[in-house]
Amino acid sequence: MTALPTRKLEAWRYTDLRALAAISFAEPAPVVVQVDLPDLGIPRIVFVNGAYEEALSTPPSFCAGFAAVAEASSFPLAKINAEHARDGVTLVVPEGLDAGAVLLVSYASAEMPIAFHPRHRITLGVGAKLTVVEVAMGQGVYWHNPVTDIAVHENATLAHYRLQDEGPESFHLATIRAKIAAGAAYESFSAVIGAKLSRAEFHATLMGPGGKTHLNAAQLLGGHQHGDFTSIVAHDAPSCASRQTVKSVLDGHARGVFQGRIEVARAAQKTDGYQMNQALLLSDTAEIDIKPELEIFADDVKCSHGATIGALDPEQVFYLRSRGIPEGQARAMLIRAFLNEALEPVTHEGARALFETAIENWWARK
Amino acid sequence: MLEIKNLSASIVDKEILKGVDLTVPDGEIHAIMGPNGAGKSTLSYVLSGREGYEVTGGAVTYNGRDLLAMEPEARAAAGVFLAFQYPVELPGVGNANFIRTALNAVRRTRGEAELDAVAFLKLARAAIKDLHMPDDMLKRNVNVGFSGGEKKRNEVLQMALLKPGLAILDETDSGLDIDALKIVADGVNAARSKNFSALVITHYQRLLDHIVPDRVHVLAAGRIVRSGGPELALELEAHGYAGLEAA
Repeated sequence: MTALPTRKLEAWRYTDLRALAAISFAEPAPVVVQVDLPDLGIPRIVFVNGAYEEALSTPPSFCAGFAAVAEASSFPLAKINAEHARDGVTLVVPEGLDAGAVLLVSYASAEMPIAFHPRHRITLGVGAKLTVVEVAMGQGVYWHNPVTDIAVHENATLAHYRLQDEGPESFHLATIRAKIAAGAAYESFSAVIGAKLSRAEFHATLMGPGGKTHLNAAQLLGGHQHGDFTSIVAHDAPSCASRQTVKSVLDGHARGVFQGRIEVARAAQKTDGYQMNQALLLSDTAEIDIKPELEIFADDVKCSHGATIGALDPEQVFYLRSRGIPEGQARAMLIRAFLNEALEPVTHEGARALFETAIENWWARK
Repeated sequence: MLEIKNLSASIVDKEILKGVDLTVPDGEIHAIMGPNGAGKSTLSYVLSGREGYEVTGGAVTYNGRDLLAMEPEARAAAGVFLAFQYPVELPGVGNANFIRTALNAVRRTRGEAELDAVAFLKLARAAIKDLHMPDDMLKRNVNVGFSGGEKKRNEVLQMALLKPGLAILDETDSGLDIDALKIVADGVNAARSKNFSALVITHYQRLLDHIVPDRVHVLAAGRIVRSGGPELALELEAHGYAGLEAA
């Protein structure tokens, strides 16, 4: 197996995988799902311990099975995924089709430590449209290491929403790679709530003029959780727009990481890049590490980034309480308001309700 | 009825209130006037339960209940409302959602049924119409981008919907033009009833042309130094606060 990355690698400076490396993982065994899985009234594709579960799935017509591929990149986790991938979904939306929405659920149940490495592919033909809602959840000690390769062809639009609500003892390391053609859009939002340690690494490449992408996220972490949101947006073509609003709410001893790089190639004139990272620290022991990077080789570009770190404003809390709103509810309202901007790309009603509930539940169980 | 007895309070070890005695019976509106630094805002914050103020002596009861022992939200549920001198902006929180959440929190503690969004909007739109306020007031984020006058009007709107038994208006007139001042005064006058009382804190007499108080008290150097009828406000306007501290 390819070795796990260590903190000696710049890209992994803030996320230490030694706790993961210390565990020996077994191959997953089949299990019976004993919990209610999310249901949005749309086609659903369910993976249990990394394997496609036909009995729980209602796949759409454009869904195909797994096919192994060689990993061309040198990214350690993608290489490990390629070495171990046993299953995954392939969605191919034909040219011009508005394919509606699909729910992709990963459920894990581990008696002893298990690892699974699904390889998903999503391809949208010219002018096609699709919304993919992903939910990852589970219990026990497990390592979920998915790689999702996405191609959005000319003038197509993919909305991709991820709810990472994995079990408290789990590890979630996801790699999402999106190639965005001319006039196409890749609109994403990730909610990072679960797992003991997680990282979502997005690589979005704007390959043709007029492409656009949102890579938004909300990280809600407490206890001793570690959540890393890393993104690399490559502007390879002119007149593309990338937007990123990442908000972190950190309590207890939680540690959040945001690394965001925007690369603007020489050809990518008229690039419009925006990146905002904001963290709300609810305790004195929570920590956020923020690393924005701009690498610009074109001369006619507009790129901005900003970062803020703060606490809840006691004036705002008092204002709400003075109107009769109990303190806990007042704080929850302000936190929800803080997350607003990050949630903007979530236009699908079912997905939005899913995130609202997940955010409420996070607060309630905190 | 609000009863304040020998109330002393300090902030960061500096004594601001030095034995305030004041009774506001139900159905009455009392004005508190006084020079800057007299302790007017401190009194309003102590009554509403803001953190950072230490009560060093005395007692405050509202309808017989020990107000000082209650959390701010419990005071609101008991019927105490503070109209802020500087209303706070809440980016990302819609005004309708904010007021409905507050109203339902208060209703819950009173054992009343909560209002759904439709029932609330009906109520809120009626209140907005009565107060001659623009409709979009409910759609905007709480106080974000509001002018000074709009912020004060929003306070009055909240008061109209929460229907407190006791309203404390902390310098609500500051920064208001005459039209906004009238709207605010109309809001308070509309609330007048035998179950409503108000403590109107102001530096200037002009608000009291529109909200005619039953009693006027002068707060100076942390104590009530004079009390009288509405004519006292006119006297202060003519002669200023000079010399009152010695009285």
